[in-house]
Amino acid sequence: MILIFNLTFRLALWLLLAPLLPGVINKVKAWVAGRRGAPMFQLYYDLAKQWRKGVVMSTLASPGFIAGPAVAWAAVTGAAMLMPLGPAGGALSFRGDVLLLVYLLALARFCTAWAAMETGSAFEGMGAAREVSYAVLAEAAIIAAVLSLSVQTGSVSLITMLSPSAGAGAVLLAAGLFAVLLSENCRVPFDDPNTHLELTMIHEAMILDHSGPPLAAILHGASVKLLLFAVLLVQAVLPMRELSPLAAAGALAAGVLTVTLSVGLVESLMARLAFRRVTLLLTTAFLLCLFALLVAWKGGAK
Amino acid sequence: MSASTPFALLANATSILWAEVPTWPAAEFICATAAELKRGARLCAWFGLPDGSGTCLVAVLAFDADNTLAVGRSEPFSGSYPALTLLHPQAHLFEREVWEQHGLTPEGHPWLKPVRRTSGNAPANGEFFRVHGSEVHEVAVGPVHAGIIEPGHFRFQCAGEEVLFLEIALGYQHRGVEEALAGGPHRATMSQMETAAGDTTIAHATAYATVMEALAGTEAPLHAQWLRAMALELERLANHAGDIGALANDVAFLPTSSACGRIRGEFLNLTALICGNRFGRGLVRPGGCGQDLEPGRGAQLIERLETALAEAEQAVAWFWEAASVRARFENVGTVFPAQAASIGLVGPAARACGLVRDVRYDHPAAWHRFAQAPVAVWPSGDVFARARVRSLEMQRSGEYLREQVAAPAEGDLRSELAPPAPNTFAVALVEGWRGEVCHAAVSDDAGRFRRYKIIDPSFHNWSGLALALRGAAISDFPICNKSFNLSYCGFDL
Repeated sequence: MILIFNLTFRLALWLLLAPLLPGVINKVKAWVAGRRGAPMFQLYYDLAKQWRKGVVMSTLASPGFIAGPAVAWAAVTGAAMLMPLGPAGGALSFRGDVLLLVYLLALARFCTAWAAMETGSAFEGMGAAREVSYAVLAEAAIIAAVLSLSVQTGSVSLITMLSPSAGAGAVLLAAGLFAVLLSENCRVPFDDPNTHLELTMIHEAMILDHSGPPLAAILHGASVKLLLFAVLLVQAVLPMRELSPLAAAGALAAGVLTVTLSVGLVESLMARLAFRRVTLLLTTAFLLCLFALLVAWKGGAK
Repeated sequence: MSASTPFALLANATSILWAEVPTWPAAEFICATAAELKRGARLCAWFGLPDGSGTCLVAVLAFDADNTLAVGRSEPFSGSYPALTLLHPQAHLFEREVWEQHGLTPEGHPWLKPVRRTSGNAPANGEFFRVHGSEVHEVAVGPVHAGIIEPGHFRFQCAGEEVLFLEIALGYQHRGVEEALAGGPHRATMSQMETAAGDTTIAHATAYATVMEALAGTEAPLHAQWLRAMALELERLANHAGDIGALANDVAFLPTSSACGRIRGEFLNLTALICGNRFGRGLVRPGGCGQDLEPGRGAQLIERLETALAEAEQAVAWFWEAASVRARFENVGTVFPAQAASIGLVGPAARACGLVRDVRYDHPAAWHRFAQAPVAVWPSGDVFARARVRSLEMQRSGEYLREQVAAPAEGDLRSELAPPAPNTFAVALVEGWRGEVCHAAVSDDAGRFRRYKIIDPSFHNWSGLALALRGAAISDFPICNKSFNLSYCGFDL
């Protein structure tokens, strides 16, 4: 009974808080540019609007066009439920849950790419091709990061892995994971979430033909994913177990806010990378995580 | 060099009796034109003029080094003639246009298809150049775009992210401007000229007014020339500021993007300060100007100009100082100088390839005979160069305006124009912000337009965009496109 209550509460927290992050990022960007900007809750309004709309579906598309976003949303939400939340710990913790998390994220990507290819549009095929190409490198970086945490703590369970500080490798890990966060969530300098130019899009190009509730699922799923990466990054770096529950909760919230503000600042002050340079930056992120792994393995705390 | 040409020479903004324009049989006319182009002339205009049962071809050439223009024509004929394009690629769109409008077939033209319309069909229905191969895929963009822009179709032949070939199809707007001008000037003609390409109002209106003045054998009062020159530079400043902001926006560099959008408005408001309209409509009129800079507003103009220029300087400085921006622009979308010369690029796009090509300098008319802004050139031919030339031109136009506002020309605002001379050919070139705006008119026995031809700089430069994309990444198309920022409506006349 307590488990069900716990799960429901967590689910509500993830689903309701996630759309706030893009709102904060956009506020930061507007503030730097000297504009008032869209309301903080704009994504909530957009989701409500999309939810009320009908779905336009190509006659060429199979039901996968709808199923893709649905499965992807469920996978990302599932991954979020595996994530321990500071002092509250994990609700569904088990040995090896970190592997499930990685695979759920991969499943979500597969489904989005699959749905993108359904209409046979050149744009969406191009977007899907780019998304999976860059994902190869981003996933390598995530796995290296997970391995380093795993070596550090001698565990393959998120709750144990994320509790202590990442030690000497924390800075490397933070930098690597932040780059991965930007890439995985289609932020500048990897992608431009505001662009209307189909030819330069990665993620946005994949969802051009989606409308109504499936689009709402995609948008919401993307915000949950952003929150998921922010929470992962903060917990991987901060020593959660060593703080009092209240301090840990505060540190987690402040950490997520800091990450979000940083995303907004990067987006305000940096131009987007040319595609041919994206691989370079992602490789750097992978190397940073790899060095964190080496530090954990050879020069770590123990 | 030009002294020995068989073509009739005339200066910019002047006229010549139609009977005095030298005439050749079609094939010899092509040879003569090809010979002049080979000697370094540039093709400004090439159009057909129906005459009896046939059509004569008319060529307007520019000898930039000699500061003179030349005009020649063929005898009226129908059927076909040897294509000039084979020798000089800069003729390729012109010959397609003449074929489409008058049915004269250029024999041996490598890519003969309509430039604006097929019978009843949209241009995209024509056949596109295709690259075959299992790795090659085709991306079709437009004519409906995601942004609020005009219609145009871009067909890319790609191998992965690399563009092998780009073909651009325009002509979706069916504006009928040239048809509307025949038999003119009509009451609506002035307004039609101001909207030939709405962002180039001053340049097109000035070119038209100059043609009317040349046909009347006079020129506008000095005070009006002074006012037109200032408005032209304000138009350049506004559009260049907008373009630099748009380039920043396309690489997601927010500081410059946000600032330039507003600064463009400041420059537009300065034009409004002169004539009451942000795009300068109602300012330029045949014989002079329709509005004057009111006394006392000169000081206000200077004050607001200084502020806007300082802000623009700052916004552009952020741009050049950001390594992430330069990495996106350098060595992207390169057009080589030899290519630029052979396809006849004009304006900032040509100057960004190191070609010193500026009507204000090469063919000065009106106020530009007395005061010129230095020509801004950059050698590298890439997106960076095109942005750089724009920012240099902004500085120089600003400097020019400072000097000119301080030293106004006295005199009348407008003089009464004599009726246009009959059977006369007149030509006017104006360096608009996008490049050379060319207007040419041939009057009939009554002094009405037998033919009025407008060549917007975009007509020359669209081929440049297609060349810039060869071998580029398809994701760099938007910044290449923005760096040229060509007009769709100026093309779809």
